[in-house]
Amino acid sequence: MTTSQTKVVERVDLGILIDLLADSGYDVIGPTKQDQTIVYRPISAIDDLPIGWTDVQDGGSYRLVRRDDSALFGYVVGPHSWKSYLFPPRSVLLTIENVDGELIFTPPDAPDRRYAFIGIRACELAAIAIQDRVFLGSGQVDTTYANNRAGLFTVGVNCAVAGGTCFCASMKTGPRCLAGYDLVLTEVLDESTHHFVFEAGSDAGGEVLHQLPGRDATEADFARVAAIVDDTAAHMGRSMDTRRVREDIYTNRDSAHWDRVAERCLSCANCTLVCPTCFCSTTEDTASLDAALGQRERRWDSCFTLDFSGLHGHPVRETPTARYRQWLTHKLATWQDQFDSIGCVGCGRCITWCPVGIDITHEVAAIRTRSEVPA
Amino acid sequence: MSKPKLAVWKFASCDGCQLSLLDCEDELLDIVGAIDIAYFPEATRAELPGPYDVSLVEGSVTTPHDAARIQEIRKLSGTLITIGACATAGGIQALRNWADVDDFLSIVYAHPEYLDTLETSTPIADHVPVDFELRGCPISKVQLIEVISAFVQKRKPNVPGHSVCVECKLRGTSCVMVASAIPCLGPVTQAGCGAICPAFDRGCYGCFGPAESPNVIALGDWWKSLGIEDDDLVRALRTFNSYAPEFKEASATYER
Repeated sequence: MTTSQTKVVERVDLGILIDLLADSGYDVIGPTKQDQTIVYRPISAIDDLPIGWTDVQDGGSYRLVRRDDSALFGYVVGPHSWKSYLFPPRSVLLTIENVDGELIFTPPDAPDRRYAFIGIRACELAAIAIQDRVFLGSGQVDTTYANNRAGLFTVGVNCAVAGGTCFCASMKTGPRCLAGYDLVLTEVLDESTHHFVFEAGSDAGGEVLHQLPGRDATEADFARVAAIVDDTAAHMGRSMDTRRVREDIYTNRDSAHWDRVAERCLSCANCTLVCPTCFCSTTEDTASLDAALGQRERRWDSCFTLDFSGLHGHPVRETPTARYRQWLTHKLATWQDQFDSIGCVGCGRCITWCPVGIDITHEVAAIRTRSEVPA
Repeated sequence: MSKPKLAVWKFASCDGCQLSLLDCEDELLDIVGAIDIAYFPEATRAELPGPYDVSLVEGSVTTPHDAARIQEIRKLSGTLITIGACATAGGIQALRNWADVDDFLSIVYAHPEYLDTLETSTPIADHVPVDFELRGCPISKVQLIEVISAFVQKRKPNVPGHSVCVECKLRGTSCVMVASAIPCLGPVTQAGCGAICPAFDRGCYGCFGPAESPNVIALGDWWKSLGIEDDDLVRALRTFNSYAPEFKEASATYER
């Protein structure tokens, strides 16, 4: 099969990408405007994208506003992440039939579909790589995740805007897509042109790219791409200093600041559920009234719920202080011990979608600062 | 093995939660297959004498007569499950707890002298030990079936105490407070309804009462940053679950 490594595709031709993927049998998922947010849903045409919209984000606040152009990717990330597809909110693990007293356990069939994700941001590719390590690379393969992940086709987007709660630059995950994509595109839009600079990241991507109309990309095109991502990196709404963050968090385990955060924390679990790397779940067993049919289901859970740390009928982490500390410590410190990387990619979702705007970048800075002042 | 006997009792309430049992249309035959409905005046005049293996109690205690009656029902019941905001928190009628009942009586009734009522509306658990409280105004029929199934199968019901936010996220509903500045009680309200209101672009009204560890004041302070006045906060917290301790305390804070 012939492949292309780069290509410049005009705006009018971009729809062909969706058609090619759909015709190849992919379920194509991409950003689309639904009510007041941009979410990831099945798309079938370019018109399904949030054309000409952008998002204004801050702690506890997200607003969609009109751009003064017709950019297709002129926003950052919304409340959904791709984990909704790879690690769904609910998944059946087993059905159990009681046939004349004999119990028959049946795992669900592997789904007969492949996803193509269009519009994955650099931070999200980093998040998928982290969940790959969690679900596939830690010695035990999670079947549900592996089945959803199998055959995934990824189209990354280099961000041309930075959001108010973005801090991927300081987390070194973006705004340029670094790895994990089959194709990556950069949107170039000004008064005279509207086109997309594509690069292939895999053979599968190269084959698709070869079928798209367009010309080869030049040095000038790549210079333009570099200028765009450099400008985005220079306009991050937030930043986090990751040097020694693990050690600082361990040292400040008893910082009084944890209590100050807990005074504001609602323990509502939103931060963990919007986080693209948080992977915690619980299992629920149910049975029909006549006990003929049972089911074991996995559903998203959170270290902010009391049941999550319930042992012997009592939660280990009873106070909001303990739960917030657990979350932040795992995300930035113990995650490194567990999976050899930090658990945060700097997408900013936990800041935007915290109903009361608690900001991980501010809190970790405050917790570290206090280590320099003996209590 | 004989089927467990179920009784359904009504106290001060609108009957909506009892109706949730009758609303289990598709599942009703399974339910009567697993339990004997021994006492349920809303559904049938047929009545089997107690004791009962399990009692579902709807409504709050508002009269001396009911305060005595719940004691008898407790004695007759193996497991006692309260259903709905009236039974678990005193219901909307607990608004009387902030007022003088005699004022209502003289306005509403031509002959208040015939009435024998208490100053307060209180949840069943204030009067007798309760084995399980099923929240909601009204309760969710899915949760009711789950609780009955769990009782029959002698297991713990899957009725989480976490916030409505978890349900919004599970169903993919975007947060109406973050995205549209709509005041929402979801972060401090227990899940169970399926996050219906946010799915229709409304804030949560708190029908299922306080979640497992609600920080109502922190949410209230955020509401104030959205332009909500103290009076409105008091009204938002004083609805179906006004007398639930966490909502009651927070509403008192904003009433000052």
